[in-house]
Amino acid sequence: MSSETRTIAVEVLRYQPDKAAAPYVEKFDVPFTDDMSVLQGLQYIKDHFDGSLTFRWSCRMAICGSCGVMIDGVPSLGCRTFLRDYHPGPLRVEAMANFPIERDLVVDASEFIDRLPSIQPWLAPRQEKPLSEGEYLQTPRQLEQFESFSHCINCMLCYAACPQYGLDKQFLGPGLTALLHRYNADSRDGGSQQRMELVHSTEGVWQCTAVGYCSEVCPKQVDPANAVNLNKTLSAVAWVARLVPGGRR
Amino acid sequence: MNSLSVSRFDVVIVGGGGAGLRAAIAAAQESPSLRIALVSKVYPMRSHTVAAEGGSAGVVRPDDSLQDHFDDTVHGGDWLCDQDAVEYFVAECTREMIQLEHWGCPWSRKEDGHVNVRAFGGMKIERTWFAADRTGFHMLHTLFQTSLKYPGIHRFDEYFCCDLLVQDGRAQGVVAIDIASGEFHMIQARAVVLATGGAGRVFRQNTNGGIVTGDGMALAYRHGVPLRDMEFVQYHPTCMPGAGLLFTEACRGEGGILTNKDGYRYLQDYGLGPADPWPRKKAMEMGPRDRLSQAFWHEERKGRTLEGPHGSYVNLDLRQLGKARLRERLPQICELAQEFMGLDPADSPIPVRPAVHYTMGGIPTSVQAASPLPGLFAAGECASSGIHGANRLGSNSLAELCVFGKAAGESAAAFARQAGFGSDANLRAQAQTAAQRASSVRRRAGGTERLAELRDAMARSMERGCGIYRCGEEMEQAAREIGDLKQRVQHVRLQDQAQAWNTEWLATLELEYQLDVAQAMVHSAIARRESRGAHQRLDAGCTERDDGRFLQHTLATRSADGSPAITYGEVVITRSRPGVRAYGAAGEAAARAETAQDKEQQGVV
Repeated sequence: MSSETRTIAVEVLRYQPDKAAAPYVEKFDVPFTDDMSVLQGLQYIKDHFDGSLTFRWSCRMAICGSCGVMIDGVPSLGCRTFLRDYHPGPLRVEAMANFPIERDLVVDASEFIDRLPSIQPWLAPRQEKPLSEGEYLQTPRQLEQFESFSHCINCMLCYAACPQYGLDKQFLGPGLTALLHRYNADSRDGGSQQRMELVHSTEGVWQCTAVGYCSEVCPKQVDPANAVNLNKTLSAVAWVARLVPGGRR
Repeated sequence: MNSLSVSRFDVVIVGGGGAGLRAAIAAAQESPSLRIALVSKVYPMRSHTVAAEGGSAGVVRPDDSLQDHFDDTVHGGDWLCDQDAVEYFVAECTREMIQLEHWGCPWSRKEDGHVNVRAFGGMKIERTWFAADRTGFHMLHTLFQTSLKYPGIHRFDEYFCCDLLVQDGRAQGVVAIDIASGEFHMIQARAVVLATGGAGRVFRQNTNGGIVTGDGMALAYRHGVPLRDMEFVQYHPTCMPGAGLLFTEACRGEGGILTNKDGYRYLQDYGLGPADPWPRKKAMEMGPRDRLSQAFWHEERKGRTLEGPHGSYVNLDLRQLGKARLRERLPQICELAQEFMGLDPADSPIPVRPAVHYTMGGIPTSVQAASPLPGLFAAGECASSGIHGANRLGSNSLAELCVFGKAAGESAAAFARQAGFGSDANLRAQAQTAAQRASSVRRRAGGTERLAELRDAMARSMERGCGIYRCGEEMEQAAREIGDLKQRVQHVRLQDQAQAWNTEWLATLELEYQLDVAQAMVHSAIARRESRGAHQRLDAGCTERDDGRFLQHTLATRSADGSPAITYGEVVITRSRPGVRAYGAAGEAAARAETAQDKEQQGVV
């Protein structure tokens, strides 16, 4: 990596409802060094060119999930995407697709957030026991069954990538399905039957058209597409089971 | 007049990180009928707890004991800890870790299915529970997701708290800005919990997220609550040069070493050696953070560090762990090194240097998380619970936010049961004044100052004046600069005039908080004319610990002119008399002597 300062043209999709009714593109020439992220580029613009540029951010290290944006049309975290990879530009930064824009790069996330309780993302222990009896046992192999699905940082990039979610906001979508599966696949949990109702429903996994782009853009290798696929299988098995006399509902 | 909506709750909690969520759950469990407001300027899972990596303390091994955790913590804090708080803390940690497990936290496991623990700096025995190197992330998400079960918890996500309401000598609510609309909302409550995190962003190179701006500390301070031990700011020794991002202490706990430009494990020259045998506890790379950061400072002055684009650095060498163990135990570290620095820790050492990480001081609280202001409780990094003293041990802060978050939630619920709601009209008038003041920052015409310039000047000033080593003159200069910046921030001219989603406005309010906190830090540092833990001075007469004069908590109280007045408060000592704080061979010798003495006293020589 070189420490020399170069300049890159950054085009930002602006939406300032207090000033203009429609979104517009504004271009900034941003000086950068090779270690600078797109987020740092946006911070540079805010500090030096236009204090009204609006975006979410916090941790700077791809774990808080705040800074999702479209970078040249690809859903990305601003903090772990680097300006050097787009030199000489122009590079286009826009609000995440498939969400209503509130201002500039800030989208309305309430659809996703408000829906979280519906998947019951908490452990419903198979067998309750008091704390005094210590932890539930879980072998590394059992942990492995769900561990990768627990890495979701709720950045919602997979929703920005999902064509089906773009068409139908009722679709549970990749991130929430992965989180639902994280609990269903946990050896300590006994709440899967209730959660599966949602999986089978019209909002559930059968809406997925198996594009797989969600997993490509996931910054944490959660592989939500795999969670959806696994649940299609589980849902199909459950459906067949209903047809068998005496089968489990 | 600003439009002001009003709602009423039994308890309002400010901050949706680990401590705030734990408090909310505890309060909800106390009574399902309790109405709890959880106010956070970000969605709770964005809170900075998310970035904690290495782990959380809790005695669990048969060869470990609460006494050992107590001793490590009190020694690590250079005896500035309140020992009653430490006793309570170590006794509660394990239960809280098991509680998180019952709520689903994916702790790393041993083959037999029991939870695994790892070694951490300054800790005698492995007692750090971990979820790979994403412990804070998993704890936060577990707490957030669990909180969704409780209908009594009403969240105000992306609401920015701009004032506390105090009436009849007790805290009775908050005023918050709904960020999306820019409108003010008054939340009246019978009890208030602050869980707003630390203030590391007042320094330039730091490991903290942008939101870590000391909001709750400043809010309490402005209402007459003293801030305690603010001079104690932790530099974490292994951070990314420039960005300041954290490489967890678990890197060393798993066997990583620190070397200078000659490939030499320099820590052995600073009272932490000998280097071998390795690994061993409470020695070399497993020493406490203050000592390791101080050793870096000396190496830098001796010209034995390396030079990079972001200044000097040393090497954190993890190669001996091998690819498989690195991927299993430190996956996020590998990811950070790869993505941000383009290197694989399995093949090459990671350049690191110290950066500001943690604020030991804060709002003073009792063992039950009560602040000196009735009705106001605090937990997590914004509080000074008394357990960290002059230097926090790694893995004690994640445990702290559970132990004292729970205490804060329960205490607030109990307080709310016996307290009524105050006069509505008075509170509304107060809230209007607060809203007026906050709005005037946004609407100010004719301002001359730029926000970013003042913010950067503060961070540079604090780094220069309140760094790893301090001296009177440099601190005095920082105090003058911070005082000056407090004047200048009154003249910030915003480029953004919008009401909705005006982050420039909120950042200006945050900068005002930060300057209050920074001023308390630097004045507290000047007044403490000794060296203890993370507060190390170079000026004559101040280079040693001075228990005669300074085995006391610093209290910074806001005076009429807005500057801090410094007084002192008692340190609670129950069973550990201040002794020599030693690590490495000296520490091992001291521990042997102590054990021998204990045996002698018990007559079992």
